[in-house]
Amino acid sequence: MSEQPDHNKQGFWSRVFHLYYDGFRSMTVGKTLWLIIGIKLFIFFVIIKMIFFPNFLSSKCDTEQEKTEYVRHQLVDR
Amino acid sequence: MEELINVVDWSRAQFALTAIYHWLFVPLTLGLGIIVAVMETIYYKTKSEKWLATTKFWMTIFGVNFAIGVATGIILEFEFGTNWSNYSWFVGDIFGAPLAVEGILAFFMESTFIAVMFFGWKKVSPKFHLAATWLTAIGASLSALWILVANAWMQYPTGCEFNPATMRNEMTSFAAVALSPMAISKFFHTVLSAWALGGVFVCGVCGWMMLKKRNYEHCQRSLKVGAWVGVIGIVLTMITGDTSAVTVAKYQPMKLAAMEGLYKGDHGQSIVAFGILNPSKQAFDEQDPYLFDISIPYGLSFLATHDFNAFVPGVEDIINGVSCDNEGNEINTVSYAERMERGRQLKEMLSQYNAAINSGNTLMQDSLKSVINADFKNFGYAYLDKPEEAIPNIPLTFYTFHFMVTVGGYLMLFLLLALLFAYKPEILNKAKWAKWWYILAIITIPLTYLCSASGWIVAEVGRQPWTIQDLMPNKVAISDLSAGYVQVTFWIFAVVFTALLIADIGIICKQISKKSQTNLDTVND
Ligand code: HEM
Repeated sequence: MSEQPDHNKQGFWSRVFHLYYDGFRSMTVGKTLWLIIGIKLFIFFVIIKMIFFPNFLSSKCDTEQEKTEYVRHQLVDR
Repeated sequence: MEELINVVDWSRAQFALTAIYHWLFVPLTLGLGIIVAVMETIYYKTKSEKWLATTKFWMTIFGVNFAIGVATGIILEFEFGTNWSNYSWFVGDIFGAPLAVEGILAFFMESTFIAVMFFGWKKVSPKFHLAATWLTAIGASLSALWILVANAWMQYPTGCEFNPATMRNEMTSFAAVALSPMAISKFFHTVLSAWALGGVFVCGVCGWMMLKKRNYEHCQRSLKVGAWVGVIGIVLTMITGDTSAVTVAKYQPMKLAAMEGLYKGDHGQSIVAFGILNPSKQAFDEQDPYLFDISIPYGLSFLATHDFNAFVPGVEDIINGVSCDNEGNEINTVSYAERMERGRQLKEMLSQYNAAINSGNTLMQDSLKSVINADFKNFGYAYLDKPEEAIPNIPLTFYTFHFMVTVGGYLMLFLLLALLFAYKPEILNKAKWAKWWYILAIITIPLTYLCSASGWIVAEVGRQPWTIQDLMPNKVAISDLSAGYVQVTFWIFAVVFTALLIADIGIICKQISKKSQTNLDTVND
């Protein structure tokens, strides 16, 4: 078993920090998973969201009032 | 008009694709989460290293599935804002509130407790670790609760009032939204069916290991927990499936009629145990709806109302306004033609409301608002061109419903046998057919996923053409986009999600294969 520093004697925030820090450092399969999560979030939020999924109403209207008018027009005239 | 239908179809296909892919990840997180928590509880009580090794094995699989599935649901929210913008505006804070609760809850519960679960073995006390594992499992179910509440509201809009000044529905009672009968039955049926799926998954993976003659003892331990959670899950799935059917019968009778391919209802209505639909059957023609059927007398009346003699309306009855009261009697209510007429009047009032705003006539606005709200349940019918437009795809709803129920019956048998073999392994050890049982266990995994996806198809296809039941059909909910635009994103999602699924299955299989070759009776790390 590897030597573990005793973080229990440290303060709460230091223990929280070491929980994540040591956890990430000693990961094996987790590294691949984090890579997949990273790529996925990049594709979702940067490519898909920014390029293909703008908020439709916000792209047509500037104010809440305009959005209301737009939707009213859509619902009354369809 | 053709372009609009095309956009509706592509947007629906896109939503269906992303929702089904998302749902491939979720039930295993929900089911395996509970199984891992139970295993760790046994470890906590027994302090046995063997149970610790078993817990860690399944926790790794849980972690892989969670990591790859996490955030796939966010895509659905993107689609609301882009493809379904009229709908997103119209639902107002009703969708926003539950999803905001989910966001905050999921973030805090999952990011903290999952970290303790994976990183905290040597850093926190065993008790704290166990609590974190349970909270991760409970947190996952709770975050599913809110999206299911939102979905239930679309099936049965309640606890809200329409404000024509903002064109949004405003929540009048959070409790009515969160605790609606639809939300409750949906939550329990969905989550408990995920327990059954988790149980089947453990049985299938152990079946594979036993076929390969690896880690027999670990499999025996896993099977005891997996089969128990699976059996409890499937029994409760059936009970809540029954409650779901009663709820659907009450609030979405058209969906129930589609589930059964029932065109003309009756008192003491039979249920189709097995049937082949007549593909050329249309509402109001004289053809037989089934080419072949084996039916159980009085079954549908009982399933829908718990009364063997109650009247269950068929598609044609519902269109004609024939319904069933609380005592199970046949009654006449409003026909769809009449509802369309009333809907059109409401739409006209909405246009008058607009004029009243422009002229600053607040008295007129107030009186129109109360008239609109009094009859708002007919609003969506304004947009139907003919009553038959309100009939969902009957073959798809019928076959997926029957598939779900048939597989549900099979799973009950399978999981009970798995439980028996978990406690009496000697039966399998002596049996020549043991190999076939293991193979069956492996095949049951994809079968259960298909069953679960079928449940969603029943719920969602069965309520068409409504995005919000009775209030907003798809063709009104949709944004003014081009079909080509939606097609591009459909294919992007198809590629991205398929890649994620391949990664999920690939990494899970690799982990199972790798770890099963180590000794899972001791802790290796
Ligand atoms: C055997 C008896 C079963 C019955 C009577 C039953 C009944 C139902 C009904 C009526 C619905 C539609 C609910 C709605 O539209 O609101 C539904 C949906 C669903 N079912 Fe089942 N079901 C059964 C078994 C299963 C099994 C074995 C699974 C999965 C392992 C499953 C998974 C689902 C899912 C995921 C949904 C969609 C969520 C929902 O609407 O609740 N069901 N079921």
